[in-house]
Amino acid sequence: MWLNQFLLLAAALFCLGVYGVIVRRNGVMVLMSIEMILNAVNINLVAFGAFNHTPVGSVFALFVIAVAAAEVGIGLAIVLLIYRNKKSIDFSDVDLLKG
Amino acid sequence: MTLGSLLLLATEAGEVTAGFTFAGPWILRNAWIVPFIPAMSFLAILFFGKRLPYKGAEIGVASVLTCLLLAIIANVAWFDHRDNFEAHGDRAEDAAALVVRDVGSAAPAVVTVDGVPDEVDLTTSEEEHEAEGEGGHEAVHPSTAVRNEATWFQTGGVDFKVGTLIDGQAVMMLFVVSLISLLVHVYSTDYVAGDRRYTHYFAFLSLFTAAMLLLVVSATTIMFLTAWELVGVCSFALIGHWWEEKPNSDAALKAFLTNRVGDVGLLIGIIILFFAAGQTFDIVEINTQAVNGQIGHNTLLIASLCLMAAVMSKSGQFVLHTWLPDAMAGPTPVSALIHAATMVVAGIYMIARLYGVFFEGFSIGGSSINAMAVIGTITLFFGGLLAFVQDDIKKVLAYSTVSQLGYMVMALGVGAWGAALFHLFTHAFFKAGLFLGAGSVSHAVHSFDMKKDMGGMRKFMPKTFATFMICTAALVGVFPFAGFWSKDEILVGTGGWGLFGGTGGNGAYTLMLVGGIAGAALTGAYMTRVIYLTFYGEFRHVAHNDHAHHSAVDEPEPALVAAMSDTTTGAHDVVEHADTAPVSDHGDGDEHKLPHESGPRITVPLIILATFALLAGLVNLPPGFLTGDEAGWQERFLHFYEPAGAAYFPAISHGAPSYSLAIFSSIIGLLGVAVAYYYYFVLVERKSAEVGESLTELPDGLTTKFGFLRAGHKVLVEKYYLDHLYTGIIAGGTKGPVAKATNWFNQHVLDEAVDVVGRSSVTLGEGVYKHFDQKVVDGAVNTTGLISNEVGSELRKLQNGKIQQYAAYLFAGATVLAGVLVFVI
Repeated sequence: MWLNQFLLLAAALFCLGVYGVIVRRNGVMVLMSIEMILNAVNINLVAFGAFNHTPVGSVFALFVIAVAAAEVGIGLAIVLLIYRNKKSIDFSDVDLLKG
Repeated sequence: MTLGSLLLLATEAGEVTAGFTFAGPWILRNAWIVPFIPAMSFLAILFFGKRLPYKGAEIGVASVLTCLLLAIIANVAWFDHRDNFEAHGDRAEDAAALVVRDVGSAAPAVVTVDGVPDEVDLTTSEEEHEAEGEGGHEAVHPSTAVRNEATWFQTGGVDFKVGTLIDGQAVMMLFVVSLISLLVHVYSTDYVAGDRRYTHYFAFLSLFTAAMLLLVVSATTIMFLTAWELVGVCSFALIGHWWEEKPNSDAALKAFLTNRVGDVGLLIGIIILFFAAGQTFDIVEINTQAVNGQIGHNTLLIASLCLMAAVMSKSGQFVLHTWLPDAMAGPTPVSALIHAATMVVAGIYMIARLYGVFFEGFSIGGSSINAMAVIGTITLFFGGLLAFVQDDIKKVLAYSTVSQLGYMVMALGVGAWGAALFHLFTHAFFKAGLFLGAGSVSHAVHSFDMKKDMGGMRKFMPKTFATFMICTAALVGVFPFAGFWSKDEILVGTGGWGLFGGTGGNGAYTLMLVGGIAGAALTGAYMTRVIYLTFYGEFRHVAHNDHAHHSAVDEPEPALVAAMSDTTTGAHDVVEHADTAPVSDHGDGDEHKLPHESGPRITVPLIILATFALLAGLVNLPPGFLTGDEAGWQERFLHFYEPAGAAYFPAISHGAPSYSLAIFSSIIGLLGVAVAYYYYFVLVERKSAEVGESLTELPDGLTTKFGFLRAGHKVLVEKYYLDHLYTGIIAGGTKGPVAKATNWFNQHVLDEAVDVVGRSSVTLGEGVYKHFDQKVVDGAVNTTGLISNEVGSELRKLQNGKIQQYAAYLFAGATVLAGVLVFVI
């Protein structure tokens, strides 16, 4: 029964994260939303791990945290560079991929 | 298993299928190496020749020298193999290889000479033989050819095989070709020194040698054909070596095109034999079937006639011989090579190789006349006559070659296989010697015209003179020079003429015997003429001795060489010839005033060839001559080189030699010499003394006195009008009316048809353009384009560069996938 509650929390966090990624204009806020998605997944992993009495889930979550740290490092560097070039971190201004 | 039981076994089975083995000495199994070496040398000279210190000549000489050594090794290996090879094992072919066939009742009993009496097995077979009471072939240790083969390609269920077939005639030819080629190579380094295409010349010399060696070893007719054509191409390139002069390139074309006529015959003959022998190109197989009567006589006759056309063109037999004298336009060493070892002997070799086919096709055994013998006899006689009216020393020798080839073809035509090959062998040496000698003389006087530019050369060129005399004696057939033995053997082989006690042979070819003896007289006479005009009398060239004259001379060769390398040749002459020149007073100013002896690279090959011309006859001494009955020395050539007892070779019988015939033919030959000697050395000499200048003929000779002789002389000068027949009547006749008729047909029928087709095509095309092309095709294309355009511009809106929108698509997609995962699957 208590697994459900963790999963629902994770789903809610995930949706919040996705919402943030799609609608926020501020680059830093987008990165934070991505962190939220990752952490939603982490909750899932730890919850399943605990439920099945195995440490695998927690180990996986640790890996995800490590990768997320690297990711946010690169992400912030990109945001910094965008700021230097455009004097803005508004993602709606960044449309160089336009076809 | 003894030989005898094998023999019985094979005879009972009625199976005669072999005469060859795939075993044997290494060098005989891998004889392909011999042509391979000069072929590689050809490539090496072409690619690297110009950068080397001797401009590629060293590669050529080295490769041919290697060939000669390998050929000698192959010969030695063959001698051992020939005498000692025993087919053992359980294969039926091996057993059959040892079959000694009987000749049949048609030929009279003949005593042949080869026997190796100390062989135990042989005595057994001999007893077996005699016990059966059959006459004919005396039991000899049978010859077993060594084969090696590989499949070239397969198509339509037919294996196109390449391979080597090494038997006596092949190893003999390997030796002759590589020896002559080596001497020609060495000679050429001096003769064409300074030529602008020196490297190119040596490259083709290598390829020429390779082609001929390939022809010699080839085991299938298709491979033979390839080599045959390659020989033709090389001769074309070498005859036209100085192609800047129109006559030279014309001569090369003539040689090539005349040979094409014969090549068609060769191709047809090969195709006929291919189907007749059950779809095989294998020479051994074709011969074996022909010998055993598995191919119909008429088929063989037609095939033989087709192949004979090829022989006539390649080996300069009468009516297709006209290219051979013209081929003198090439450099003299090339002429020597063509006439002695390669090219022209290819035809002879082909007959010898496919002798089973020719023997059965022309019914050589037991008849007294056949196409091959007649062609040979006509050629030897009429070719000899033509040699009388030539002023060009090389052309005399060319017609002499035509005549001698006639002897060989005649010998093959009367069944004297060994004699023909023996004559080929000896002829190669003395004819190469004569050509190189003529080249040496022309090198000194820069001309080939005996009447204008030579005379008295013996004083200036003692070495050339001596070697030329020896080779001439060999050609004329003076005892004991090489030509005597081979010519005598051919005459013996004609059989027939009971007057001389010359019995045996394969039939009574009386006509050929008469022709051969008459030819000997002609040979003696025209060679005496050459000797007188070239080496005796007074030097006639001094009167007009300047280079301006040389370049105007008809014969472009020496003039061209001189003009191309005037300075280098001059300097080199002084250095090279200083020690050998008999005339010591040729300083810088009048160096060309008097001719002088050629350098060692020219004289040494001459001396070697003269030695062979002197001694080569001794390899085939007639039985009983000087040697008693000892088998070790007599007819060694025949013993080793004739594939006696092999199933692919017809059972020919050998004539018994006769002293009276040898003496009679020698007398007739010397009679020819005597007549010519009397005319030139007595009459002309006397007249010259009266007039005070060196004459070349009597001013009031027979041809000026008698009308019919003058007419005959004219016919000879015009070469029997054959060139007129070919270019004037055949080519002209084709060009005139046929061209007109073709033109009319072209204008009225072909063009009309083409016009109608063209007009209707235009009308149809316009209709198609308007209705189909514009509307249907273009419409379809345009619609497609329009649709793509619209779709594209709609899709373009999606690609707006907003990352967050992309992320939205991504998550939408993920959601859809998740929905599918959960609810559908």
